[in-house]
Amino acid sequence: MLSVKGLKANVGDKEILKGLDLEIGRGEVHAIMGPNGSGKSTLAHVLSGREGYTVTGGSVTFEGQDLLDLEPEARAHLGLFLAFQYPVELPGVNNTYFLKAALNAIRKARGEPELDAVSFLRLMKEKLKVLHLDDSLLKRPVNFGFSGGEKKRNEIFQMAILEPKLAILDETDSGLDIDALRIVADGVNALRSPERSVILVTHYQRLLDYIQPDYVHVLAKGQIIRSGGKELALELEDKGYGWLGAEEAA
Amino acid sequence: MSASPAVEAIVESEYEHGFITEIESDTFLPGLDEGVVRAISARKGEPEFLLEYRLKAFRHWQTLATPRWAHVHYPEIDYQAISYFSAPKSKDGPKSLDEIDPALRETYNKLGIPIEEQMALSGIAVDAVFDSVSVATTFRTKLAEAGVIFCAISEAVHDYPDLIKQHLGSVVPHTDNFYAALNAAVFSDGTFVYVPKGVRCPMELSTYFRINARNTGQFERTLIVAEAGSHVSYLEGCTAPMRDENQLHAAVVELIAMDDAEIKYSTVQNWYPGDAQGRGGIYNFVTKRGDCRGARSKISWTQVETGSAITWKYPSCLLRGDDSVGEFYSVAVTKGRQQADTGTKMIHLGRNTRSTIVSKGISAGEGQQTYRGLVRIAAKAQGARNHTQCDSLLIGDRCGAHTFPYIEVKNPSAQMEHEATTSKISDDQLFYCRSRGLTTEDSVSMIVNGFCKQVFNQLPMEFAVEAQKLLSISLEGAVG
Repeated sequence: MLSVKGLKANVGDKEILKGLDLEIGRGEVHAIMGPNGSGKSTLAHVLSGREGYTVTGGSVTFEGQDLLDLEPEARAHLGLFLAFQYPVELPGVNNTYFLKAALNAIRKARGEPELDAVSFLRLMKEKLKVLHLDDSLLKRPVNFGFSGGEKKRNEIFQMAILEPKLAILDETDSGLDIDALRIVADGVNALRSPERSVILVTHYQRLLDYIQPDYVHVLAKGQIIRSGGKELALELEDKGYGWLGAEEAA
Repeated sequence: MSASPAVEAIVESEYEHGFITEIESDTFLPGLDEGVVRAISARKGEPEFLLEYRLKAFRHWQTLATPRWAHVHYPEIDYQAISYFSAPKSKDGPKSLDEIDPALRETYNKLGIPIEEQMALSGIAVDAVFDSVSVATTFRTKLAEAGVIFCAISEAVHDYPDLIKQHLGSVVPHTDNFYAALNAAVFSDGTFVYVPKGVRCPMELSTYFRINARNTGQFERTLIVAEAGSHVSYLEGCTAPMRDENQLHAAVVELIAMDDAEIKYSTVQNWYPGDAQGRGGIYNFVTKRGDCRGARSKISWTQVETGSAITWKYPSCLLRGDDSVGEFYSVAVTKGRQQADTGTKMIHLGRNTRSTIVSKGISAGEGQQTYRGLVRIAAKAQGARNHTQCDSLLIGDRCGAHTFPYIEVKNPSAQMEHEATTSKISDDQLFYCRSRGLTTEDSVSMIVNGFCKQVFNQLPMEFAVEAQKLLSISLEGAVG
């Protein structure tokens, strides 16, 4: 469903992605690991359409469409979702209201009827149950004054409501203690389905103890230098990134 | 189409009074002197005391110079080039909606304003705005039962001269400032509200329901008196942009709250801001002041200002009664070439008086916005408290936000808090919203509405919904 071929991207004058290839099939969970500065977050941002990155080569197709041509919102309408490493605070914007507007924007773009308040509340309750979350976050402004763990949980909750076809989790494990990590991982696992693909961008193997990936890729110096099954992550944990000659990448 | 009897009555009464000829003969030539002031008063058949009041104000106005301290720029106004008694609906007005600025019509449609009302708002002569007429009639009956007076100030001058004589100019004296003096000399019409002792006004009072209030002209005068223990909520203006031929507006609003009385005054102002170059917009120079005369009284101003080329207004509270409370909640938007210098004054005179100021300024395009606020704690105001929160939001890089807080404290027991922030809608915020499927415009509108929430929460329900919608429309295209 996602096909990345020879992707090159710059931030300013600096080339960060240097010809990256990645194929992701429906329902697969891929972990992308790598040392700091290897281009992991850049990949997540380029895929979701953030400004400030210049694509200088290669292609990205998602469900047969050229993704790089699309505005961020159009990518969301197609079913792409980015869980942010640092979720952004929106003071005064009620979390429930925000999510309802987002879901309805997506439904509208797809030609589906918008959900009314009652149906939306029902959907929210259902998803809260699936994720074992309480509703305390919903009445507050989006991410405003949330703890690190609450922010990440909120991202997963948004993902549950928006039901993306491809979710990119950008270092969702960073800054979480072990309990928070477990809650977030349980959430992601609950949302796994044959219809939903996931890219886990992470620095540490730790997250993969809780979310079992189908594939693991090692990103270094802007390229994928090694791909394998979940055992690759364990090997990395043992031997470090230096084992693959990726240590000087930063 | 068969019209209801109420509508027919209005249509007929207009003809009966020779509506059209009256307008033509009653438009004065431009210029202002004592003769004009006398003529205005005579034309309205005003009692002697009011003529004297107008003349006193006029003589004082002649001694004043235009204030220049505000952070706004505009060409000099020639006060001799203005006609001081004219019906705004001249025969030169548009004949049909096709003659109205298409951009304006689009806004009407987005706000969901019915066609008859669009015509009335844009100055096309219509027989009657059907809904409002019937609503106005039922409302009047209900108010009369409660003993509440709600009428045009020109009617009140005749029907309740004692009340007018007692209260007019008692909060904003004719000597107060240049525009207040001018208004006192030549005020055209306006609204009078009187709520008797202990009465809770049974409904929100709105000029929206009073057709004649739409044509009060450029020097509007409003007086609201709430007797001891009474309660009233007044809504001024409407969200639809109003066509107006008068460029200069200098209104005066006076509120009086006696012991335990409460007045809530909400404004949505959306006058024509001028074209893209800033030409032809309204200058809105308003003096609004509330007098918390009684103990434990409360006056609350809420305003949403999106229109006008220039806004110059500072709704204020005189906290004279012990334990009285003043509030000011404001959202002001400047875009294009709009300029706004607005804020409030909280004058603490009584003991344990409290005031709250929440000002939210939004600038986009080349809009310039200034918050100017004064909090004064007098020597006798033991235990006074003020909390001021003043936030500015910038959209784009050519607009400006300025803050001028003045604080004067003469009593050491005062507690003062002042918070100010200036922020931009960040790229991070926009990207976050867009990555969730929202368009840039919807994202901006959501972030801005979040920014204004504290103020919108103060508005009556339907008004708040309209204000949100208005804000979104105002900021359309603000982010490129």
